[in-house]
Amino acid sequence: MSNDISLSKAPAEAAAGEPAGETLLEVSGLTKYFPVMGGFPIKRQVGSVQAVDGIDLAVHAGESFGLVGESGCGKSTTGRLITRLLEPTSGSISYRGQDISHANRKQLAPVRSEIQMIFQDPYSSLNPRQTVGTIIGGPMEINGINPPGGRDKRVRELLETVGLNPEHFNRFPHEFSGGQRQRIGVARALALEPKLIVADEPVSALDVSIQAQVVNLLQKVQRELGIAFLFIAHDLAIVRHFSERVAVMYLGKIVEVGDRDSIYQRPRHPYTHALLSAVPEVELEGEERERERIRLAGDVPSPINPPSGCRFRTRCWKAQDKCAAEEPPLIQLGGSEDGHLTACHFPEEPTIAARGEDIVMDPALAALEDIADRPV
Amino acid sequence: MTTMTKPEEDAVPAAPEAFLSVRDLYVRFSTEDGIVKAVDGLSFDLERGKTLGIVGESGSGKSVTNLTVLGLHNPRTTEVAGEIVLDGQELTGASNRTLERLRGDKMAMIFQDSLTALSPYYTVGRQIAEPYVKHRGVSKREGRARAIEMLEKVGIPQPKLRVDDYPHQFSGGMRQRAMIAMALVCNPDLLIADEPTTALDVTVQAQILDLLKDLQQEFGSAIILITHDLGVVSNVADDLLVMYAGKAVERGSVRELIHEPQHPYTWGLLGSMPRLMSDVTEPLTPIPGAPPSLLSPPPGCAFHPRCGFTDLVGGGRCSAERPVLPDGRGSACHLTDEQKRSVFIETIQPRLG
Amino acid sequence: MLRFLVRRTLGAVVILLFISAFTFFLFFAIPHDPALLSCGKNCTPDNLKIIHHNLGLDHPVPVQYYHYMVRIFTGHRFTAGNCPAPCFGYSFANSEPVWPTLMDRLPTTLSLAVGGMAVFLLIGLGTGMIAAWKRGTMIDKIFSSASLVLSSLQIYFVGPIVLALLVYNNHILDQPKYVPFTDNPVAWFNGLLIPWCVLSIIFTANYTRMARSTMIEQLQEEHVRTAAAKGMSSRYVFFRYAWRGSLIPIVTILGIDLGSLLGGAMITEWTFQLAGLGRLALDSVTKTDLPMLMGVMLFSAALIVLFNIIVDAAYAFIDPRVRLS
Repeated sequence: MSNDISLSKAPAEAAAGEPAGETLLEVSGLTKYFPVMGGFPIKRQVGSVQAVDGIDLAVHAGESFGLVGESGCGKSTTGRLITRLLEPTSGSISYRGQDISHANRKQLAPVRSEIQMIFQDPYSSLNPRQTVGTIIGGPMEINGINPPGGRDKRVRELLETVGLNPEHFNRFPHEFSGGQRQRIGVARALALEPKLIVADEPVSALDVSIQAQVVNLLQKVQRELGIAFLFIAHDLAIVRHFSERVAVMYLGKIVEVGDRDSIYQRPRHPYTHALLSAVPEVELEGEERERERIRLAGDVPSPINPPSGCRFRTRCWKAQDKCAAEEPPLIQLGGSEDGHLTACHFPEEPTIAARGEDIVMDPALAALEDIADRPV
Repeated sequence: MTTMTKPEEDAVPAAPEAFLSVRDLYVRFSTEDGIVKAVDGLSFDLERGKTLGIVGESGSGKSVTNLTVLGLHNPRTTEVAGEIVLDGQELTGASNRTLERLRGDKMAMIFQDSLTALSPYYTVGRQIAEPYVKHRGVSKREGRARAIEMLEKVGIPQPKLRVDDYPHQFSGGMRQRAMIAMALVCNPDLLIADEPTTALDVTVQAQILDLLKDLQQEFGSAIILITHDLGVVSNVADDLLVMYAGKAVERGSVRELIHEPQHPYTWGLLGSMPRLMSDVTEPLTPIPGAPPSLLSPPPGCAFHPRCGFTDLVGGGRCSAERPVLPDGRGSACHLTDEQKRSVFIETIQPRLG
Repeated sequence: MLRFLVRRTLGAVVILLFISAFTFFLFFAIPHDPALLSCGKNCTPDNLKIIHHNLGLDHPVPVQYYHYMVRIFTGHRFTAGNCPAPCFGYSFANSEPVWPTLMDRLPTTLSLAVGGMAVFLLIGLGTGMIAAWKRGTMIDKIFSSASLVLSSLQIYFVGPIVLALLVYNNHILDQPKYVPFTDNPVAWFNGLLIPWCVLSIIFTANYTRMARSTMIEQLQEEHVRTAAAKGMSSRYVFFRYAWRGSLIPIVTILGIDLGSLLGGAMITEWTFQLAGLGRLALDSVTKTDLPMLMGVMLFSAALIVLFNIIVDAAYAFIDPRVRLS
């Protein structure tokens, strides 16, 4: 049996301003609410965690797309919806033109082999009672794939691809270090020759020196095998390093999306500005330059009762009445590059150079720095 | 290998203004698998009001060092040798009673995960007030007033109400602020912050780091900031100490260490982290291999199995002879100063782009 | 808190209904006619029929169950006399009303169970904490190995040995008996001392081990380390921080153990010939005395459910995270 998958292939429609390459994954209005139980005397649903609330995105073949945001922004939930580990509350996910939003197990089977996932925790995402050979070969067995030369040969090849010794075929996960385990996770994801890999914080559990090894491996895989990546992470620098296009999420919404340079050099959304200014950056000799300093107040609000209108308005220094009343659409703003969309009523100037005055929303910082006269 | 005997009758360290002085510190744990050499001959000094950043990956001994300074190691399984002198007072042999008097008063600690590091069973206010009541001998009412004052200082809104909240009612950033308030409540001379922002979101991390910096101005505490993130320390610290496998491998001011790093491990750390300003077409240059086991660290320089420059030293020196870290600016590496400079400028710096 | 109590009480009612139905129908699955007992030696079919009618056994089983349940709340006027609510009927065996009999036997069982619990909590938790405080030392080793040995001793095995050694052979202690507390507290205490100790042996051993392990676990907690880092004394850290956290697993196990404690009390009654609910239950089984058996079953089930609600409420006092969620 071959690896053929009969899907109704939709013709590649490259929308204007989007990079060439078939649209692999198209998500529109994707929403996931988790019920919150409570009430009296019988427990019932009293609310919901609006983890993901109506997001649109598209990933093209061979592209690496980054999803960045702080905790609770819904980036991991998005990843799990796309791999259909979760079922969306509403909205649609289509993979190569086939709607898989509510597909059942059987309908999903062919798609599952093309969309693979790499998880954050290299310790709990591998079955400790299986050998590396079984872990990597398992997906091929389940999908009835018999590569030329046999599965074992293919597993050895994969181990070599991810930089592990093929002789370690019969070892168990606990015999490997964290970085090596993550390599096993990558090999497992590659076993079915996927077209798209969803990598959910693939390096955040690893030490700095090991992180770079895995990032380089993922980059090699992405480029040499032409696999599209949805790269989910909270680390802005790693997302920038890895992804050609980037979406910034805040409380279940995409607030800004666009090409890497456009997002990182010329962001328009105040939240993107605040995020970039908060990154503690090592500045090498000759790189010292004035960055804008924005210090927000407090933490991200709860996704159970998100603010009305623009969700960032409670922490935004530009917020006005309109922001509470009206949700800003994710649109192309004048002065932004093609494909750079921003959801903001009062967007920022497209630069991250230092501004005239620091923005310090945090009352304690403002008091200590004796700039309490600033609007809070 | 450095000898473990203490220098005789030479208790006062050379630098007069060194407020905390750690000399030849060795910390060993006995485990079922053998002896873990968690800290292996570490020396450093810290001046009053300054910030020392200790950078290292997991297992580098950076956290153990600081738990040992506070005397929080388990005495049954831990063997400590060397000197820790805080403001003229020797801590390594000090009685538990002496340490209890110093902890929370003269030296305080901020832990990484505020959810597990604060007790779920007592109110935030009580936990902040406790060391103040104990060390200052004041009443509970005064302790509570002080807790409210501290909460206000670290930016908790409505401190008079929130003082009676439990930690789980605070958000992650607020809890970390409460922990800072707790550490600073007695105005400590030394504050040890162990990965204080690692569990936080990036926007909250920036708030907390700035808050620490600003509070240091006001309280005049010396800070040891332990982290794995060079970016964090390079923005906050005055001096840096890079640790690898229980040993300090490089020290210097932030500027010296970032602009002219000397140790191949420091080069590796810099090459491993993508930065917002680096060139995205340039691949990262990771350190090959994995950190060594502290049960049986490699002989000679502990970094030599992962080092790409042992050939420049030659003669098998790296695997035979342990390099010494000089006092002041310097690195524990057998490369000559000239080699360190030229390798960095010619090979390393262009890749960091 | 009120919501919690109401919700738990509703749940308890459902549980008790289930238990009552289960017991009732189980009883009729036994191939035995309870009427034969009252019928005596010269039992004619006619007599038997009358007795059946008097005992209500001529109705189908579900109807009998319905009558039984309704009468608990409404009371009922039997031919033998008036039975006010809560009416659990009359004993088939000796025509005594069930409820007063239960009330008569309850103090013995309650004294045994509550006293036994006090003994094992005091000694078990105390030794467990000492072992944790002195962990790795000789005291710890002695307590730990002693608890291992003691936890394998059964009541019906230890009881007679203790009686033989301390009462019959050496006359150190009095023969166990129940004297109401209100009559003579000293005699109450003396009479129950041996049963308490025997009942609590296994529990004490288990609680020693559990208290030790949870305390040691708690001492590794980060917030306990934080308390030490604040300069709080080791005694303060141990008793205020670690102890508070270890209460939660202990209370959880205590809730689970209540059932076996009541069971243990019943076995203890039997061992020491004390007239409590346990004896009553055993006697009613041998005499196929349905009303009495149902009474004991329902009553002890209600006790256990009640104690469990108290235990759950105790969580709220120990852990503010439970209180406020």
